[in-house]
Amino acid sequence: MQKPESSDAAATGDLAVRVRGVTKEFGSGGSLTRALRGVDLDVPYGEMLMLVGPSGCGKTTLVSIVAGTLQPTAGEVTVLGLDLVAMGNGRKVRFRRDNVGFVFQAFNLLPALSAAENAAVPLLIAGWRRADAIEVASEILETLGLGDRLTNLPSELSGGQQQRVAIARALVHEPRILVCDEPTSALDAENGRITMELIERIAVQPGRAVIVVTHDARVYSFADRIASMEDGRIVSIEAGPHNSTDAAVPR
Amino acid sequence: MLWIAWKMLIGNRVKYLGIVFGVVFAALLIAQQASTFCGLMLLTISQIRDAAGPDIWVMDRKVQFVDDIKPLSDTELFRVKGVPGVEWAVRFFKGIARARLEEGSYEQVILLGLDDATLVGAPQGIFMGSIADLRKPDAVIIDDAGYKRIWPGEPYRIGRTFEMNDHRAVLVGITTASRTFQSFPIIYTRYSQAVRFAPPERKVLSFVLAEPAAGVPSAEVCRRIEAQTGLQALTHDQFIWKTIDYYLAKTGIPVNFGITVFLGFLVGTAIAGQTFYLFTVENIRQFGALKAMGTSNWTILLMVLSQAVQVGVVGYGIGVGLAALFGLSTRGLVRLAFYMPWQVLAITAAAVFAIVLLASLLSIRRVLVVDPAIVFRG
Ligand SMILES: Nc1ncnc2c1ncn2[C@@H]1O[C@H](COP(=O)(O)OP(=O)(O)O)[C@@H](O)[C@H]1O
Ligand SMILES: [Mg+2]
Repeated sequence: MQKPESSDAAATGDLAVRVRGVTKEFGSGGSLTRALRGVDLDVPYGEMLMLVGPSGCGKTTLVSIVAGTLQPTAGEVTVLGLDLVAMGNGRKVRFRRDNVGFVFQAFNLLPALSAAENAAVPLLIAGWRRADAIEVASEILETLGLGDRLTNLPSELSGGQQQRVAIARALVHEPRILVCDEPTSALDAENGRITMELIERIAVQPGRAVIVVTHDARVYSFADRIASMEDGRIVSIEAGPHNSTDAAVPR
Repeated sequence: MLWIAWKMLIGNRVKYLGIVFGVVFAALLIAQQASTFCGLMLLTISQIRDAAGPDIWVMDRKVQFVDDIKPLSDTELFRVKGVPGVEWAVRFFKGIARARLEEGSYEQVILLGLDDATLVGAPQGIFMGSIADLRKPDAVIIDDAGYKRIWPGEPYRIGRTFEMNDHRAVLVGITTASRTFQSFPIIYTRYSQAVRFAPPERKVLSFVLAEPAAGVPSAEVCRRIEAQTGLQALTHDQFIWKTIDYYLAKTGIPVNFGITVFLGFLVGTAIAGQTFYLFTVENIRQFGALKAMGTSNWTILLMVLSQAVQVGVVGYGIGVGLAALFGLSTRGLVRLAFYMPWQVLAITAAAVFAIVLLASLLSIRRVLVVDPAIVFRG
């Protein structure tokens, strides 16, 4: 059954992400791992939510489900008003292509492509002409301060520069959900701060939502809200330091 | 997206060269062996091809290939001549003789006897002496490779003599000729003389060469000759293929070449396939990232296939090029048979295509099942 998207959107209102009772189990029998044990989470549009907690508590699993790369074992997941659990595989691929930007801890740039080509990849996946895609990607890289590194390969860039290319790639197609998994943990303090500033400046906008997984306390200050996880559950959600200064975002 | 696939492929220089090497290896081996095989087959039919002119060869029913001589009685010539649609017909002798040289040593030779009146079947490449001199008493013409074999290191000189079956032979000309399978010297002479040079036999007529009348298809004339005389009549092309078929079916030659070609195919597939798989595994996170970002499995499949086709085309080009260079460089140098018709190129192309497809199968399976969620894992 295919519901019209508008009715879904009405059901979730101002929420970019709505997660209810989500569980995720890996393996079976003796080797069963309960990565998520019933998670409820709402992320309104215009918000940067940080997901924190000890290693192995299920942060990556949760954002993978929200980003549509992983299917939950049970529960409801509605993103941008679309029911991800019921969504077929082909539609999910297109959902990710059109709506999701990814920033990974390991950058995951294509080593054979230049910075501009890497940043252009989501547009190329969406079927843009190569020259157009690279032009748009180059513009973003320029705003990220990499205007003189467009033709460099990732191996010729520093870690901070690579992560900025990854951010350009995550944002080039103007996705409405940005998912960042430990974007700063491979970077030094200075580059980590620059990275978070860029994400905040470009990605946090009305009609969009950003989820950042981190255990880097230095970047907590950028959060509107901080959700703490433990052992597959969200144990607390607090307003972040950033919250008080951002009155435009509805709570 | 396909250019991304190509950049990924070429960007990994070591693996890329490894895969291409596998394909080059197979293409080179297959093309070289197939060309050598074709060259050998060409040797087996060289005497049919060299006897240019008449389109119909008439022989005993049981003859299976050109060196399979089953002599007819001389009267068969007149029976063939009597078949409607035969414009003319002449005798042609082919046999083995022993040449006794001036210094007393012996040399096995191929003896070809041409119709005394018309010299039909005469060699086309005489470069010393003349074909007309063949009409002189005891006259023979020899092929140049044969001359070098009998008189190694000596300059070409006509007027030399030797003996066959106690009859004196005088060299009146030297000609080029296609190499034969056994690469014995080839001696051309008149029919009436050939039967004296050859060891005596009750029947001596090897072939009747006939030409169809204008407007009558050769195949039709062959049919009539067979019906009327009970002999076997083949067109030039049919005789060529009958000879090749014989070697294909009755000798181990194709099996031996087939085994080599097959090994080349296997080894090439193994090298290319293994390296390609390693390449894919090494890049699996990249494929995972592309999938996470919304690349469909269909596109991923096309990317891997285009990588396979890319190495296939490059490897094929280099491999076939090397095989051709090999053929060129050995031409005349060593007595190696080498003939690369377009069929060899087509077969090699098909083999290479199969190799890269097989080689990419594992990789395709691997990338199709890869979970896009791996990109979040460390
Ligand atoms: N693909 C998987 N197969 C098996 N277990 C997994 C898999 N992915 C994650 N896990 C397990 O699920 C739990 C949560 O993992 P993860 O979401 O990566 O935690 P975090 O990102 O908070 O460190 C861990 O115990 C991990 O070992
Ligand atoms: Mg994690």
